[in-house]
Amino acid sequence: MPELTPTQTPAHTRHGSNIGQPLTRQDGLLKVTGRARYAADNHPAGMLHAVMAVSSIARGRVTALNIQAAKAHRGVVEVMTPANKPPLADDPDAKANPFMFRMDVLQTDRVRYANQPIAVVIAETLEAATEAAALLSPRYETDPVRIGLDANEPFVPPAVGIGNPSEERHGDVPAGLAAATNRIEATYETPAQYHNPMEPHAIVAAWDGDKLTIDTPSQGMAMAQGRIAALFGIAPEQIHIRSPFLGGGFGCKGLIAGPQILGIMAARMVGRPVKLVLRREHMYGPVGHRAPTRQTIRLGTDAKGGLTAIDHHVKTTSSTFDDFFEPAAGVSHTLYASPSIATSYEAVRLDTGTPLFMRAPGEATGSIALESAIDEMAQACDMDPLAFRLKNYAEVEPSTGKPFSSKALRDCYAQGAERFGWATRPRAPRQMRDEAGMLVGWGMGTATFPALMFQAQARAVIRQDGSGVMETGAHDMGQGAWTALAQIAADSLGLDVTQVAFRAGTSDLPDAGIAGGSAHTATAGSAIHGAGADVIAKLAALAMGDQRSPLFGAGNAGVIARDGRLVRRDDESRGERYADILARAGVAEVEGRGSSAMDPAAQSAYAMHAHGAVFAEVKVDPDFGQVRVTRLVGAFAAGRIINPRMVRSQYYGGMIWGIGFALQEQAIMDPRSGRPMNPNLAEYHVPVNADVPALEAILVAEHDPHVNPLGIKGVGEIAITGTAGAIANAVWHATGIRVRQFPITLDRLIELAA
Amino acid sequence: MSLSITLTVNDVEHRIALEDPRATLLDVLRERLDLTGTKKGCDRGQCGACTVLLDGRRINSCLALAISHDGAQILTIEGVANGDQPHPVQAAFIAHDALQCGFCTPGQIMSAIGLIQEAQAGTDPERVREGMSGNLCRCGAYAGITEAVLDAQKTLDQADRKQAP
Repeated sequence: MPELTPTQTPAHTRHGSNIGQPLTRQDGLLKVTGRARYAADNHPAGMLHAVMAVSSIARGRVTALNIQAAKAHRGVVEVMTPANKPPLADDPDAKANPFMFRMDVLQTDRVRYANQPIAVVIAETLEAATEAAALLSPRYETDPVRIGLDANEPFVPPAVGIGNPSEERHGDVPAGLAAATNRIEATYETPAQYHNPMEPHAIVAAWDGDKLTIDTPSQGMAMAQGRIAALFGIAPEQIHIRSPFLGGGFGCKGLIAGPQILGIMAARMVGRPVKLVLRREHMYGPVGHRAPTRQTIRLGTDAKGGLTAIDHHVKTTSSTFDDFFEPAAGVSHTLYASPSIATSYEAVRLDTGTPLFMRAPGEATGSIALESAIDEMAQACDMDPLAFRLKNYAEVEPSTGKPFSSKALRDCYAQGAERFGWATRPRAPRQMRDEAGMLVGWGMGTATFPALMFQAQARAVIRQDGSGVMETGAHDMGQGAWTALAQIAADSLGLDVTQVAFRAGTSDLPDAGIAGGSAHTATAGSAIHGAGADVIAKLAALAMGDQRSPLFGAGNAGVIARDGRLVRRDDESRGERYADILARAGVAEVEGRGSSAMDPAAQSAYAMHAHGAVFAEVKVDPDFGQVRVTRLVGAFAAGRIINPRMVRSQYYGGMIWGIGFALQEQAIMDPRSGRPMNPNLAEYHVPVNADVPALEAILVAEHDPHVNPLGIKGVGEIAITGTAGAIANAVWHATGIRVRQFPITLDRLIELAA
Repeated sequence: MSLSITLTVNDVEHRIALEDPRATLLDVLRERLDLTGTKKGCDRGQCGACTVLLDGRRINSCLALAISHDGAQILTIEGVANGDQPHPVQAAFIAHDALQCGFCTPGQIMSAIGLIQEAQAGTDPERVREGMSGNLCRCGAYAGITEAVLDAQKTLDQADRKQAP
């Protein structure tokens, strides 16, 4: 039974029936009727259209633009270039903190990657702006480009991800490998990938003096507000961001990006509202990507298949002008028990845009390599891959020795394997065929993702009529924040979800932190939970201090908030409605505040991760090497589930990203020009409906008393991990061919078969 | 240069003085008629977010020049519901959680309505998946989309049978 017992104020418990319910999306009707307004759907009076011209070279400088031709086009109002752009109050190349990334907003004529903005055309119509951007016909001075994992001098980055060490050692890996009975070493490569949300970045910017109103998709409005304020020399409160719906984010809308700043600059320049929407090809440069990797994994086991050593080395890339290093070896710290674990990194700088967080940054990339290697090791030990994983099950976090705050991975393995029918899998590869002669293979992988939390605030109100309001500037990029957070809000107020006005999606609300790291529900949810507790405590104080209230003197026993009433804990027949408490006190409403952050004590005592197990079936055409995923079963344990309908959708989405990672997604870069050769949705392949078989996601029960007061872990990213490796392992099981370069495309399979 | 065309969108006739022959049907809907439910994901017919029904057929409106469709009957996502009553496909999308971010959803729904009218997919999930594969969903709501299409088709079939004499 869903029930909430707040930890901070044990005198006032609240019982709710909203958390745990599979409510349909609160924003569903708006979205299916086309009434949900995304950034680019806004059209303020007097608005102009801005279109970026982007660089077709990857390194050098722009020597000429035919501004005259562009300006001569009917309807063109202005062409913004480095020569005439409005001044900025802060350096866009400044880096005050690791969450700030350098951006290209026409500060100079230099070009440091392909598709970098080099000018912006502002016109009365979209057609005019688009045509005039083409008329700029840029000329360049080009320098040789560095593209590819071997194209520049490698170095050891000072940190990977955000502040993670680039070298970690636990135990003695050389000794562990030397003592091993079985040893494998394998190198895996993953390509550059692009987020490609269906909604390209877009902004509608309108200035009113020094006040700025913008509609733009954002996974982190407060951070965006801060960056915009610094760049334009205005106070953050002068900026109003509206981002009620994001058309997908996946990390590329976490931080405000250069093109969005250009839209604001354009609006300032022309003194009218401006809409700037990226064309799809513009998404392959200035808004981040997942960096390519080459990962070498060495494993050793004793005679019984127990791991003696894990060595995970990652080579990755960043841009020439900023630092983001895909933290791909992180999964090796937490997943399998081994007396020795070493992870290390090297990197090269390339003439690309700066890589960024992309759904499961590091985890997805590292997981496909580690899960492949584990499968190879199981084979080397002649063990079933599931038995091998269970043999090396980590009872404590291997790299730190900390206990897990909760870990129901054994249940995930058991329930997933049972549902899939794993027990009947033949050990050797190339043993199964279907009636059409297709090779059939079964593979599995372990899923893992850290349970993170950022900081957030929320404000709660109980109104005169007894209904509630909950406010936090949360972001819904499809994960279901409008729904899941409203459910938490309702339970925190002891009300039904229909009695609570949940407000989110704008920057004038309390900061809900960033929607990333699979941490938004935990973070914003905990702040909401705290705000609800605070307002209920105030309401209880009003009642308990009033001799006329049936709750008078209940202080020692405490009260319970339920169904819009406070009742005595020691005698639930005595209580009164919120509205009555307020009316008698002559108070129009009561307000409470809540905030959340990771509990440092719990963090230092426990390792906190969600886990899962994914089982995949593939069919491979023995002649043509075409791979189809025919069945996927994932079982995941991620603490308390707020809304199983939304959570299942998150798992499905992650599993589908796993299909894309294993079999389809790759940016193909031209090593001569440095340009992505497939910057569009026809040639950069992502799964379509026909690529996705019957999926099954099992929500494995898990109680976590330590992660946060609500016991929530994240679900948004975990399902890519495990899935991609499971598919790769199933391809091996079908064919006997181990493809170590991803994605596993038919040409690679055929080449290795020959 | 002004080019006048007439489009009937969701049963409402619009006389449009096009100032530019390059305007796509999608940009006319979005930027001139404020019918922004139809989305632009790629502007080159690769993602399906801009799917509308043109004279009953599903098309990518980003690939259609408005000027070539003078006199056409167009159905967009805004014209699908019956007042406050969602279309069976819309209701099924909500029930099966066939959407996450919602950006591809109008295109998916228009494509689903088109697919059901084409009556080619039947009750075979494989054929529904194939028939819906012109509409990309990056969030990965495909399982729900397939279920929703099959479910809505059943609802519409039953309604048809009731109406039949």
